[in-house]
Amino acid sequence: MAPKPEEVVDMIRQSIPDAVVEVNVYSGDDHFELRVISSSFSGKTRIQQHKMVYAALGEQMKQAIHALALKTSTPKENT
Amino acid sequence: MSDSVSQQIEQVVKNNDVVLFMKGTPDFPQCGFSQRVAAILNSYEIPFSAVNVLLSNDVREGIKAYSDWPTIPQLYVNAEFVGGCDIVSEMHDGGELEELLAPYKK
Repeated sequence: MAPKPEEVVDMIRQSIPDAVVEVNVYSGDDHFELRVISSSFSGKTRIQQHKMVYAALGEQMKQAIHALALKTSTPKENT
Repeated sequence: MSDSVSQQIEQVVKNNDVVLFMKGTPDFPQCGFSQRVAAILNSYEIPFSAVNVLLSNDVREGIKAYSDWPTIPQLYVNAEFVGGCDIVSEMHDGGELEELLAPYKK
């Protein structure tokens, strides 16, 4: 069961305080899309950025991560 | 993860220029994300090896520990972890994957 959008945003903000988070949940199946923008990503590889988000989502989201399409960027890249 | 599994994984990653750990096979993928990455690789017409993690739970969990990455599929090029479906798709769309795979074209 996909998580509630607000849950996802809160969890990420706890670990990445400046994160701008966009969540799209597809109610039909339990896939959800996540865009996370944060200055703390700068200088990091995409893999490192994604690992930061996975870590922020934490243990209980482990199952949901399988259905997650993730896109990360820094504020500069996002303009 | 037992030593033998991690050694097996290390060997596969080191002995294959391009290797995809996936659910199912390129011809019969068993998951949408694995299917997408296999299709992307096929579009480059480069030879690549595929490991069906569904055949061994040790490999399925071992590969996640090996790269400290929680999901399958996982793409390795020149013994380096490139990413899962999101990152490979993003690199494909941005032309980075073509550059990375160029040396391995037939």
